Amino acid sequence: MSIKNQESTTAVTLDVDTGNKFAAWFAQKQNRYVLTIIGLVAICSAWALSNDTRWIYLLVYAWFGLIYGMFLQYGRFCMASAVRDLFAVGVSRMAVGVMIALCLYSLVAAVVNVSGFGTFHPQPLGLHIIIGGLIFGFGIIFTGGCASGSLYKTGEGNMGSALVILSISFSQAFFVNLGNWSDRLAPASWAASALEKDMPVELSADHGWFDLFTAGYVWDLHAATLADMLNVTQPIVRSFLANSFLVTILPASVILVLLYKFYFRKGYLRKHKIEQPEMRNHLQGIWAMIISSKNTAIAGIGLGVFAGLHVWATGALREHYDIFNFGELLEDMGYTSGLSIQGTVFDPGYWYITTQEAQWGAWVMEHMGMDMRSNIFFGLDNGIPNPLINAPGFMSIGIILGAAILALLRREFKWKLPSMETAVFALVGGALMGIGARIAMGCNIGAFFATVANGDPSGWLFLLGMVGGGYVGVKVFNLWLTWRTSQLDDGSFL
Amino acid sequence: MAIKFEQTSDGQYELDVRGYSCPHPQLYTKKALQKMSDGDELILIFDNPSSGESIQAMLDNEGNELLERKEGDGLFTWKIRKGS
Repeated sequence: MSIKNQESTTAVTLDVDTGNKFAAWFAQKQNRYVLTIIGLVAICSAWALSNDTRWIYLLVYAWFGLIYGMFLQYGRFCMASAVRDLFAVGVSRMAVGVMIALCLYSLVAAVVNVSGFGTFHPQPLGLHIIIGGLIFGFGIIFTGGCASGSLYKTGEGNMGSALVILSISFSQAFFVNLGNWSDRLAPASWAASALEKDMPVELSADHGWFDLFTAGYVWDLHAATLADMLNVTQPIVRSFLANSFLVTILPASVILVLLYKFYFRKGYLRKHKIEQPEMRNHLQGIWAMIISSKNTAIAGIGLGVFAGLHVWATGALREHYDIFNFGELLEDMGYTSGLSIQGTVFDPGYWYITTQEAQWGAWVMEHMGMDMRSNIFFGLDNGIPNPLINAPGFMSIGIILGAAILALLRREFKWKLPSMETAVFALVGGALMGIGARIAMGCNIGAFFATVANGDPSGWLFLLGMVGGGYVGVKVFNLWLTWRTSQLDDGSFL
Repeated sequence: MAIKFEQTSDGQYELDVRGYSCPHPQLYTKKALQKMSDGDELILIFDNPSSGESIQAMLDNEGNELLERKEGDGLFTWKIRKGS
């Protein structure tokens, strides 16, 4: 046989092998579901772009959501467990992963901010952040996941987590739209301050607890990054030294050392039979702690980098379309019914969860005949767009689908219906998460992760509150568990 | 769905926490291990993937040994030996 014929035969054999392997892969139903999800995302994206290329703005949210979902599932990355597992079972894995992600996000965000594509706005600094964090932190112990964690677990087929999302959505929508009866719960000074703001009468901003809280309290607070506070103007010093190093990397490093000292050191020294540890041993131990869960560390790196790239992508699109908010694009495309009275919609420009879910809840409630727009949250700021054109909403859906893809590929997808106990925890815990997130103006992503990574120290206050709430939550949960195990028929845990 | 924890034979235990998500599986595992003696073995059955990472870290921290892990179709069956 000539060399040419031999090459041709080899190529045919390889093609047949590849074809057989694909056929075997395709024969498994989980893989077919994965291809279906990817195909649907591709077709919907192409369809949207063929209608109007400006939908790219919405699709960027969706695509980054997919990436977040995959990393979250890969690393079982859930900030609820960062707090909960520390206090409940003495495991620092997730807290370490969060700190890694935070440092990476902060460095990429610094590059993005120096390049002028930053989209971040600092949060008003006040006690409300700690209080909101406390309520949120208490709630996450009972739901089994934070806002992003519940999304990715929904993608694993966990319907208890889907209930958490449902509860977060409606509790927020209800909370920001509290009626006049709730005025008496707000201090008179808030009402007086809100009146001074001279808001459009249709918003009734001087009525309703959340409107008084927003206009009469939050708007009077100062919001700034550390660089702003220190009046640092040189872009590199501002982004890398003040906002990234001082606000994120330095505190995160201190937290890593504390995690090692209180949660990892003892087990590490015992495992390596080190009785008289030196500094060298401790440094090796800290490194061992960082890489102890490879999946979590990789997820932390991936989430940190992609969260930063997300800021850049949205910032670049805003520059390209010469807009500040997606509402401007929607208006140009003729979709005006979901916009706020300022012509805006919720459009953070970075990884953020909860407000888009509040919009889902409000959209349903509005279609049930309720007035959801005579408040600042929806009426003035975020609007209530149809979920089909809600850009950050597609980030949440992307997280669910991305997690589903990876869970199916890893054979970890399983439909799970909640028991009555889990369902009640999901609904009550989810409601607390929703209320806490609104008081703190964000969840563990928007009020902590994105905030700290972009140089806003207020995010640490949220973490402080969340840790406090989580600690109390674990104590209460343990009491419940002790009672629950005492009720088991066989008394096996007694 | 109910938690099931039972002694199957001398020094052998089984904990079934299927249907429960975080933090139930890790907390019940911790409680079960507290009830066992050093060297006893536990078959742990759960279906919440994220609990696995936490349980693995908890076992490492406390000197327990993961002897065997079977995983597939969203179900995890781990064999654990309680360390001293």
